[in-house]
Amino acid sequence: MTSMLIFIRRTFLTFSLSAALAMIFAGTSARTGVPFIIVASTSSTQNSGLFDHILPIFQEHSGIAVRVLAVGTGQAVRLAQNGDADVLLVHHKPSEEKFVTEGFGVRRYDVMYNEFVMVGPATDPAGVAGMAHARAALAKIAESQAPFISRGDDSGTHKREKALWLAAGIDDVGQLSPSWYREAGSGMGATLNISAAMRAYTLVDTGTWLNFNNRLGLEVLVRGDPALFNPYGVILVNKERHPHVKYDLGQRFIDWLISPAGQAAINAFTINGERAFTADARADIVLPSE
Amino acid sequence: MTDFGAAISTAFALVANLDSDLLEVVLLSLKVSLSAVVIASIIGLPIGAALALFRFPGRTVFVIILNAFMGLPPVVIGLIVYLLLSRAGPFGVLGLLFTPTAMIIAQVLLITPLIAALARQIMETLWLEYEEQLRSLGTTPLRSLGVLLRDGRYSLMTAVLAGFGRAIAEVGAVMVVGGNIDHVTRVMTTSIALEVSKGNLALALGLGIILVIISVLVNGLVYVLRGSHRQGVTP
Amino acid sequence: MISADATSILPLELSGVSFSVGHQRLLKDVSCTLDAKDISIIVGPNGAGKSLLLRLCHGLLEPSAGTIRWSGAGGRNPSPYQAMVFQRPVLLRRSVQANIEFALASRNVPRRHRRTLVEEALSRAGLSRFSKTSARVLSFGEQQRLALARSWALRPQVLFLDEPTASIDPAGTHVIEEVILAMKNEGTKIIMSTHDLGQARRLADEVMFIHRGRLMEKSAAPAFFTEPKNDLAQAFLRGELLWWQRRELTPP
Repeated sequence: MTSMLIFIRRTFLTFSLSAALAMIFAGTSARTGVPFIIVASTSSTQNSGLFDHILPIFQEHSGIAVRVLAVGTGQAVRLAQNGDADVLLVHHKPSEEKFVTEGFGVRRYDVMYNEFVMVGPATDPAGVAGMAHARAALAKIAESQAPFISRGDDSGTHKREKALWLAAGIDDVGQLSPSWYREAGSGMGATLNISAAMRAYTLVDTGTWLNFNNRLGLEVLVRGDPALFNPYGVILVNKERHPHVKYDLGQRFIDWLISPAGQAAINAFTINGERAFTADARADIVLPSE
Repeated sequence: MTDFGAAISTAFALVANLDSDLLEVVLLSLKVSLSAVVIASIIGLPIGAALALFRFPGRTVFVIILNAFMGLPPVVIGLIVYLLLSRAGPFGVLGLLFTPTAMIIAQVLLITPLIAALARQIMETLWLEYEEQLRSLGTTPLRSLGVLLRDGRYSLMTAVLAGFGRAIAEVGAVMVVGGNIDHVTRVMTTSIALEVSKGNLALALGLGIILVIISVLVNGLVYVLRGSHRQGVTP
Repeated sequence: MISADATSILPLELSGVSFSVGHQRLLKDVSCTLDAKDISIIVGPNGAGKSLLLRLCHGLLEPSAGTIRWSGAGGRNPSPYQAMVFQRPVLLRRSVQANIEFALASRNVPRRHRRTLVEEALSRAGLSRFSKTSARVLSFGEQQRLALARSWALRPQVLFLDEPTASIDPAGTHVIEEVILAMKNEGTKIIMSTHDLGQARRLADEVMFIHRGRLMEKSAAPAFFTEPKNDLAQAFLRGELLWWQRRELTPP
């Protein structure tokens, strides 16, 4: 290759490289300037797709962008306690109430609910299909030692699962034999993947379940038990504890969620035609605006 | 087996349609990891060269620890950076958590030991060749450092590429400090993790294929840029 | 700095110099003085310690015992007045002229003088047409010539060479020997090792014979080649291998 060709090739490469780099670095800083809040919520809520549906509506209405951190309930509460989020939206009432009484949160509002269901293999080795009470189903699963996958991650779902075991007479799940009771230590999706692959039973919220695509023969076997009721609460992080918190923007988000507009948006969200969450903010709350 | 076929066609479709979400995620991955590897190289390459050149008390221990840090778990780094940048932590006032900057910081911490350790090895070999002559010429240690870095630049590229590979492929650190926030801190690896958790395995695998292709392209580009310099063989 | 005009750092005085690695003594009790501005050639079988001796004199190694003194140095650091060419040329991955410039820069030669010095050195060594070529694409012989040209550009008072033409063809060897002679004629003291007796005969003014780490003989060249005093030197000149170990009266 003559030196002229080498020169041309090098110039071309340098130019393309610079253009590519410019594109990479310019293109991704377009999001500054828009006011935003950080909401610590759960992966199950995120994975249902609810936020993808209602947040654009909220941003359209208020001009505020919402950045969702989708983690386990335990981690979400932790983040809010540390002041790394402005709003907490999870589904474990005891944790939420503790959050407020300990002074980290201002006030808890009901937002919506759905339910937990117990899923398992269509073959149903423990014979729990159609049972009315979750605790009885769990007792049967324990008795037959059918495989069961637990979240094992201190999430809202995990805490509910443990509460159900307690109602079934098992107060320490750590005593259950790992030959059939397995703690995944993972999010809902990963846990479902494991359950599907191992043909095991597990507890899942309907939001995640409706959107989950890797069922591999898993079916809903137990639902409708009032003990499986799954309420969601939203709390503003207390600015007395964390002065930097965007309390006015956060309060506007909460106001919208519990307003008729927000509640309608939640109810309108369906997965494959089925409503995933039912809005249930208390109607007696008087809002400053709206 | 059907998942693999579905994965390839999904990947193809995403790329062919220039899916804007995909583009956004790819660009962010490149931005974070390229920034991290540039910063890590600026720090790590001179450290590696200095370790090759200088003897000082505690050097052996330092080298052992550096080599060990090549294998630091990304999620642990992520956790440490989270604790540092959290509002409850020492640097919370900077408000860097859950931004691409935090992700870059975490990846810099992750790959600097790798680049430094590999650079040390490369520089030691080169120093073995150069030492006597440079000392004979009276070259100062600082100047020698510069000579080693400059003369070894093509071999050092391998160390840099190793660092880039580690950065763009990791998920633990960027997940914890970035939060996988849609349109803000979502990168290729966290997208893949998200799609797996939703059970969308074909999509996840498709994204994985795209990530591998990008890595191949970056490495190929470096090879081409280097290729015009491959002349002469040492006797 | 160009050291040709400065006071000579010679004579070089070695007194009881030994060098050990672990428990093995590789150089034993070497004492001599080098002061004339001529060519001293160190000869001896492989492994005798020739390379070690050169490196010790040049300051790349510290002796385990004994002293090495540059008596003419006064309070000055003797290193900038010396240069060394090794058996395998060590060149930087840059152009031929950049290699020489680098050496001059290392010795703090002002930038404005460098260009002429580089050109001069290259033309002396017959390498001018390669000045912009990458040093690494030259042939081995040409690279060694470059190493020599680089040393010449520094105008050293003392030039050490460690078997510089060991792997070079006769034509290349001839060019290098010519340059060495030219440097001697300009006043540089040459201290060189070789295993090529013909080369020693061609170049030496003085010969030092080393065997198993000891300086066995040091004489003027004509005397050494016609009638060496040391019996091992005699055997060496006859072409014998000197592989056997002779029991020595003094402990090793």
